[in-house]
Amino acid sequence: MATTLERTSRRAGARSTSPNPRRLRGIGGWIGRILLGIVFAFPLLFMFVSSLKPDQQIFGDLSSIAAFLPVGNLSFDNYGAVFDRVPAARFLINSIGISAVTVILGVLINSLAAFALSRMRVRGKGIILTLIIATLIVPFETLALPLVWWVNQLPTLELDGFNLSLTTGWLDTYQVQIIPFVANAFSIYLFHQYFDSIPKELDEAARVDGASWFKIYRKIVMPLSGPAIATVSILTFLPAWNSYLWPLMVVQSEELRPVMIGVQYFFQLNVSWGQVMAYSSMITLPVVALFIAFQRSFVNSIASSGVKG
Amino acid sequence: MAAATATLPGRNQTINARIQQKDSRVMNTHFKRFLTASLTAAALVGSMAACGTGGGNSKDGANGELTLWTHNAGNPDELASIQSVVDAYNQSQSKVKVKVQAFPQDSYNDSVVAAASANKLPCIVDIDGPNVPNWAWSKYLTPLKLSADLSQNLPSTLGKWNGQTYSFGYYDVALAMLARASDLKAAGIRVATVDKPWTKDEFESALAALKRLGKWDNPLDLGTSGTGEWLPYAYSPFLQSFGGDLINRKDFQSADGALNGDKAVEWANWFHGLIAKGYAAQKSGKDSTADFLNNKSAIVYTGSWAADKARTALGDDLVVMPSVDLGNGPKIGGGSWQWGVTTGCKNPDAAMDYLSFSLKPENIAKVAKATGTIPATDAAAALVPGYEPTGKNRVFLDFSKKSAVLRPETPAYPFIATEFGKAAQDIISGADPKQVLDKAVKNIDSNIKSNNGYKS
Repeated sequence: MATTLERTSRRAGARSTSPNPRRLRGIGGWIGRILLGIVFAFPLLFMFVSSLKPDQQIFGDLSSIAAFLPVGNLSFDNYGAVFDRVPAARFLINSIGISAVTVILGVLINSLAAFALSRMRVRGKGIILTLIIATLIVPFETLALPLVWWVNQLPTLELDGFNLSLTTGWLDTYQVQIIPFVANAFSIYLFHQYFDSIPKELDEAARVDGASWFKIYRKIVMPLSGPAIATVSILTFLPAWNSYLWPLMVVQSEELRPVMIGVQYFFQLNVSWGQVMAYSSMITLPVVALFIAFQRSFVNSIASSGVKG
Repeated sequence: MAAATATLPGRNQTINARIQQKDSRVMNTHFKRFLTASLTAAALVGSMAACGTGGGNSKDGANGELTLWTHNAGNPDELASIQSVVDAYNQSQSKVKVKVQAFPQDSYNDSVVAAASANKLPCIVDIDGPNVPNWAWSKYLTPLKLSADLSQNLPSTLGKWNGQTYSFGYYDVALAMLARASDLKAAGIRVATVDKPWTKDEFESALAALKRLGKWDNPLDLGTSGTGEWLPYAYSPFLQSFGGDLINRKDFQSADGALNGDKAVEWANWFHGLIAKGYAAQKSGKDSTADFLNNKSAIVYTGSWAADKARTALGDDLVVMPSVDLGNGPKIGGGSWQWGVTTGCKNPDAAMDYLSFSLKPENIAKVAKATGTIPATDAAAALVPGYEPTGKNRVFLDFSKKSAVLRPETPAYPFIATEFGKAAQDIISGADPKQVLDKAVKNIDSNIKSNNGYKS
C-alpha cells in the first residue's frame, strides 16, 4: 500500500515538476507524424482545392495559406471546362480497361512462369531466372524505340465491316498498350520467391495422387499465394495507370489514348491551371479510392517488395 | 492420402477419383473467379484488338483518304478552325477526303519521331517552324509544289531549307513587353513604340525607376522558369540585338565567334545583370501572364498570345511595347506552326491540293482569329478584327514585319536550341558567361561535325 502511495506520489510529483519523458516522446512522435502527413497531404489538398478556383485566384492565393483552403470564388467550372477540352470519360474508360486487363493477364502469365521455374524440373532454370532478373536493369526508355519497331512488325487481325483480314503492325491499338507489359521480370521474381516458400511436400503429395502440374498450380499454389497476387496486382496496376511515354509513341487515334496523355492537352500557350488541377484530381481519384480500399495490401506490397509503387 | 496409395493401389484410383470429383465441386472459389477474370481479360484483349485499329496507315493517301496531324489537341478553338478548313475542302471536291488527328502540343514532336521510325507518318503534318530544316534533312518532308502563291506570306511563316520551301504557316506570333500605362506614368517612363523602342540605357533606367516604386520585388518578368523552345525563342533575340547569334549563318557550320564572341559575352553579362540587380527573378512564376495580372510584376516579356487575356483584364491601362533595342535594333523570334507534306505520302498531289486550298485568305483569317495570332498575309489580316491598320493588335504585325529574325535555318537547330537553352539557364544562375558560351559552342560544333555538316 505504502509502495503504491509512494509510486502515485512520485508520478504526481513528476507530473507537477518535470514532464514524463516517455509521454513527451509520444507527443513528439505524433507531432512528427502529423507534420509528415501534412507534407504528403498538402500537394493533394492544393490540387483538389485549386481545381475549384479560377486561374487568377490560384496564383493570388499562392503566397498564403489560402492556397490550401477552399475559400474565395469556388465553383465546378473547371471540371465542366475539362470535358469541353479533353474526352476525359473516354480516356478514363481506356485507362481502366488497359490497367485491368494488364493486371489480370500479368498475374496469370507471370505466376505461370514463376511456377514453372519454382516447381518444375527445367534444365538451367537458375540461369533462366538470372537472365529474367537481369532484364530489370535495362531502363524502359532505352527499349522504347526498338520496341516500337518490333510491335510494328507483328501481325494483327483487322475487322473491317464483316471482313476479317490479317495485317502487319500493332501501332494505334489497345493491345499494343497491354501485351508488352504483361510479362514482367519483377513480378516473376516475386511470385517465384513466394512459391518457393510454399512447402513442396504439398504438390509432391498431389503428384503422387496423379494431379497435373496445372492442377497443382491452380488448386494448391495459387490459392495459397494471395499476398503475392495482391503485391503483383498493385505493382502492375500503378505503372499501367501512369503510363505516358509508351502510349505517346504508339497511339495516334484519340479514342485509344489513356488518361495520362490527357494532361498534355492543357499545356498550350495560355495554360489554364484550374483545369489542369481539375483534370489531375479526376485522374488521381481512382488511384486514391483504390488505395483506401486496399490500404493493407498496398502497404504490405511495398514492405514485401522493398520498392515504392 | 499418399499412404493409402502405397498400401491399397487398387482402391486408390477410386479414392482419387472421388477426391477429384469432390475437389472439382469445391474448387477454390477465389481461383474460379481469378480464372474467369483471366479468360474475360483475354477475350477483352481480343475484342479491343478487333475494334481498336485506328489510323496507323503506312499507306496514307493510297485509298483516297489523307490523314492530317496537328498539335492542337486541347486547344478547341484552333482545332475547330482547322477542322472547318478541312470540312470546307472535303465538301469542295469528291476525289479525296482529309481526316484530322490531333495531338497534344508538348508531346507532338515525340509522336512524329516515333511514327517516322515506324514508317507510319501521315500525308500532312504541322511542324514548329524552326524544326522544318531538321525534318527536311531527316527526309520526313518533301518540298512544296503548290498552286497557291506564297509570295504574299510573311517571310517568317515560310519554312525553307537548301533553297526550297518545305512548309508554310497561317500565322506567326510576336514577342512584346506588356505593362500598365499607370505604372509607367507613376515611374515617369515613356511608352516605347515600334518607331521608337527603348534603348538599352532607357530600359535599365525604366527598370530602376520601377524598382524604386517599391511595389514589386522584381519589376520585370522574363519568364525565367520557362523551358524548352521558350529559352531560345525568348532570349536569343536579345543576343542578336547585341550583335551576336546562335551560329554563323554564312554556312551554318560553326557557332564559334557568333555565340561566344565579344558581343555574345556582352549580352550574357547584361542578361545576368538583370537578375543580379534584382530587376528580374532568377526563377519566375509558372505563369508570367497570371503573375503580371496579379500585379506581381510591372512588365512582362511574353508573346502576342497573352495580349487578349491581358487586355480583357486591364482594358485601356494595358500597353504593348516592342522589345528593347540593345544596339542592333529590337529583335524578336520568327516562325510558328507550319504545314508540310511527308515524303511517304502516297498521294502528294492531293496533299498539295489541300494545302493550296487552305491558303485562301478566309481560311487563314479563320485560323488566326481562333488563335489570336498574326495572320500570315495582309489579305487575311484585313479580315481579322484587331489586325486592320488601326486595330489594337496591328502592333504585333508591325513587330513581326520589322523585327522578326528566323531561328537558324539549319537541321542542327534542335541541338543548337538545347545547348543555348542550357547556356541561358546557366547564365541566369550566375555561371561564368565566357565559359558557358565556349562550352555551348564546342558542343554545337562537335554535333555539326559528327553529322557531316548536316549536308543534304
